Amino acid sequence: MLEWKSFFRSASFRTNLALKILMVFGAIYFTLIFLFMGIGVFYLIKEELNLDPILVVNRYLIYYILLDLMIRLFLQKIPVMNIRPLLTLPIKKSTIVNFALGKTILSFFNFVHCFFFVPFSIVLVIEGYDIVSIILWHIALMALVYANNFFNILLNNKDYLFLIFIGAVLALGTLQYYGLFDITSYTSVFFQGLFDTKYLFLLPIVLLISLYLITYTYFKKNLHLDTGLSSKHSVAKTEQYTWLNQFGTIGTFLKNDIRLIKRNKRSKTTIFMSVLFLFYGLLFFSGGIESYNNPMMHMFAGIFVTGGFLFTFGQFVPSWDSAYYPLMMTQNIPYKGYLNSKWWLIVIATAVSTVIASFYLYFGLEIYLIIIVGAVYNIGVNSHLVLLGGAFTKTPVDLNSGKGAFGDKKAFNAKTMLISLPKLLLPMIIYALGYYLINPTMGLVLVALTGVLGFALRNKVFTMIEKVYKTEKYKTIDAYKQKG
Amino acid sequence: MIQAKNLSKAYNGTTVLKIDHLEIQKGESFGLVGNNGAGKTTFFSLLLDLIQPTTGEIINSGFRVDQSENWKTVTASFLDESFLIGYLTPEEYFYFIGDLRGQNKADVDALLKKHEEFFNGEILNSKKYIRDFSKGNQKKVGIIATLIGNPEVIILDEPFANLDPTTQFRLKKIIKELADNPEITVLVSSHDLLHTVEVSNRIVALQKGEIVKDIQTSAETLEELERFFAV
Repeated sequence: MLEWKSFFRSASFRTNLALKILMVFGAIYFTLIFLFMGIGVFYLIKEELNLDPILVVNRYLIYYILLDLMIRLFLQKIPVMNIRPLLTLPIKKSTIVNFALGKTILSFFNFVHCFFFVPFSIVLVIEGYDIVSIILWHIALMALVYANNFFNILLNNKDYLFLIFIGAVLALGTLQYYGLFDITSYTSVFFQGLFDTKYLFLLPIVLLISLYLITYTYFKKNLHLDTGLSSKHSVAKTEQYTWLNQFGTIGTFLKNDIRLIKRNKRSKTTIFMSVLFLFYGLLFFSGGIESYNNPMMHMFAGIFVTGGFLFTFGQFVPSWDSAYYPLMMTQNIPYKGYLNSKWWLIVIATAVSTVIASFYLYFGLEIYLIIIVGAVYNIGVNSHLVLLGGAFTKTPVDLNSGKGAFGDKKAFNAKTMLISLPKLLLPMIIYALGYYLINPTMGLVLVALTGVLGFALRNKVFTMIEKVYKTEKYKTIDAYKQKG
Repeated sequence: MIQAKNLSKAYNGTTVLKIDHLEIQKGESFGLVGNNGAGKTTFFSLLLDLIQPTTGEIINSGFRVDQSENWKTVTASFLDESFLIGYLTPEEYFYFIGDLRGQNKADVDALLKKHEEFFNGEILNSKKYIRDFSKGNQKKVGIIATLIGNPEVIILDEPFANLDPTTQFRLKKIIKELADNPEITVLVSSHDLLHTVEVSNRIVALQKGEIVKDIQTSAETLEELERFFAV
């Protein structure tokens, strides 16, 4: 009951109709993508590789499960804090624990897997695989996904674990790639067994049940404010970054921005997203998907590969500072220095992404050139547009919650939308014009030139943003007061 | 130093603050008292240009606060925790404010050293972020931060709330010291009549957004105020 109220009364529920429609479309879009992936994977493997899809999927499932756990450790938040007020009410402890754990079952992180596995299973059925085997396999995998859910609760809030997992996955991947040690040859036996035998599926289910019981007893024992329910206080270390002093005001803000990103859950996800975006281009450049394989879409991907940080971080400037905006507004803050610091962060992140993206050279120099040109456009034009758009975004950012990082619905408003259009469409159109009317190289040159031109207009745009900050000041302060 | 003329603030037609004329002299120690909703925080927010006045204007150090930003260099304020940056350690926060106010690390360190007693060993080198501090300790950080950079106007909203008795006593000492300096104007609001009378040499009482008392502090002030609020 309480949870329903907190759900319905949350601010995001009261967004207007247009946004709701937009959100629904977004949800449908992602569902469809996963659906197509679920269906597509089967035929892709069968036709391209001439292998048995179920064998291949089973082989790599170990990575899938590990990655899932990693993503959860990083993003999924455990709702233990909002049961605090229930402690003193006459409710049995077991009910409270069951309720808190039960709530995590409904998490998006569990459902999203259905979108992949259900269609895949259906395709298997259509293609004449044994129905009972499929159902048992499916149940076993879902049990594993939920086991991850409880693993995450037990391991929650330990950042170093995340690093260990990344290290492990990378190490295993490398060893496998060079043929030194192939973990999949061991684990695929197990996953294949889930499909081939009629009894092995019990193993994941037993695992799931025992994990639930462990979590349950753990929480029941620790259901006190100072043990299980205490919020974790990380040990803080004062970091001075004195080497940044030489940059004057920019350095002052840059220091804070680095700390902001390092020490808050929400901002850490922007780093994670930029890494994801980095690999987004693989969908386009590997030629796997027919409709993506044309110059316009290539430019689209080129912008995205290096623009992950730009889009996820930039759209929330100045919202990142929403928690202490009144402080910023009463101090003698040079807006230019403030903006410059954010801009440099974006530029550095874009440059680093460009260097890391050099693995796209594997697809040929032309592909990497597209990415470099995309980066130039990002730095020259998009960095300014995204900051300008951010000036109109009046969504307070809750730094401590990882939620809402995937496109905050409240961040959409007419002005921001209008400003976002040229971020992607303009370079696509310019590139296509050059590509078809003159030649492919001219397309690249034109986009790069636009980027350089945008760079020249930097001060003009900054003055404009400053003006927006000033005229929207009272509205922004007021909006930031209403906590998400 | 500070003048308010025909100042009023209304939300949806309800007037929450109406001050026809108020002038605060340089060097004054100004205490603002009143019940909840009397308009104390509204007045300070207007003074800091955090909200827009419905009518009238406020002039701080010769600058209209909603038209110029020059008053910011001489004004320091702490209203609530939105003046703190939660993910910083206290030291980082102090140096950040110091940077904004043109103070180097040594200046800030000297100030922190001076107020070591006020921190009571709970703030510096505590290996904690400000967001993990208790309300009282957060307040200590915010109050001391307003002293960085020798401001001429210091604005504190409810500085005594959430502080333990010892710290309240020490805070009174700090505010009195500031009040003795003819260059510094201190503005303090409070529910607590006794504290306000002790640290201020002028007290204004607000009720439903209007000034109902404006007195120079004397031996009888406390009694007068108590009689007024005891309804």
